[in-house]
Amino acid sequence: MTALSDPDNWVAEHGDYLYRYAMMRVRDPAVAEDLVQETFLAALKARGSFSGKSGEKTWLVGILKHKLIDQVYRARNGMQVEDIALIADNFADRFDESGHWRAEIAQWSDPDLALEKDEFWRVFEACVERLPPRMARLFLLKEMDGLSGEELCKALDISTTNNVWVMLSRARMRLRDCLEANWFTGRGSGET
Amino acid sequence: MTSCKEVSDLLSTSLDTRLPVSRRIGLRFHLLLCKMCSRYQQQLKFLHRAATMYTERAPRPGDAVAVLTADAAQRLTQKIRESR
Repeated sequence: MTALSDPDNWVAEHGDYLYRYAMMRVRDPAVAEDLVQETFLAALKARGSFSGKSGEKTWLVGILKHKLIDQVYRARNGMQVEDIALIADNFADRFDESGHWRAEIAQWSDPDLALEKDEFWRVFEACVERLPPRMARLFLLKEMDGLSGEELCKALDISTTNNVWVMLSRARMRLRDCLEANWFTGRGSGET
Repeated sequence: MTSCKEVSDLLSTSLDTRLPVSRRIGLRFHLLLCKMCSRYQQQLKFLHRAATMYTERAPRPGDAVAVLTADAAQRLTQKIRESR
């Protein structure tokens, strides 16, 4: 059983980690800083309920996660229109009338090697950023935070889990296309 | 037979939730015969793996996602002090 450290040291100890965690998801320094601040203040209030079962950092990340979901929920208003377009989009240009791929899905050469390259991650980040904002949010909450279908519906105010899955499918197709264009067939991959 | 278009959604959804048996059988059968969808499946799995790794990656110089600035750290420290 461990006790919490002195809150005076929290920023030095966990500040960068929490800020980065928030930044990866919200991509806005001011919003990320606010979220970290809310997390610390909520943690101060809840100090008594820290059980020590999960380390201090894990406990703080847990609080930050809730703040992130709240933030997504607060920012959701009036955005549902986008979903309808995204779902209706249906990859119309990717498939012919009988549902076959129009263009060939090329084999990617040595994708695992890409994971070891800093440049690949910059392309990856840029591709996530190029997604429509809600789609990016959905993708990150799912892949990074492992939210369930029900949790995603609630956080982003999407009517059915089925729509969540369809939007994720669209997000992945776009990311796939972006990575292919900018890494696997573009400048990044060949020259090693 | 399930079309490639449907399969592309099913492949994505199978990363997120368990598909009903009938869908899974249709999917497996399609993948056996369709090279393009099999490639697409590999690429979605790669994307899934990359997204998971992205979370755990240590910061690098030049990353868009950086660390707290000295000013921000100062502001946060101040806030914590005020609220104690």
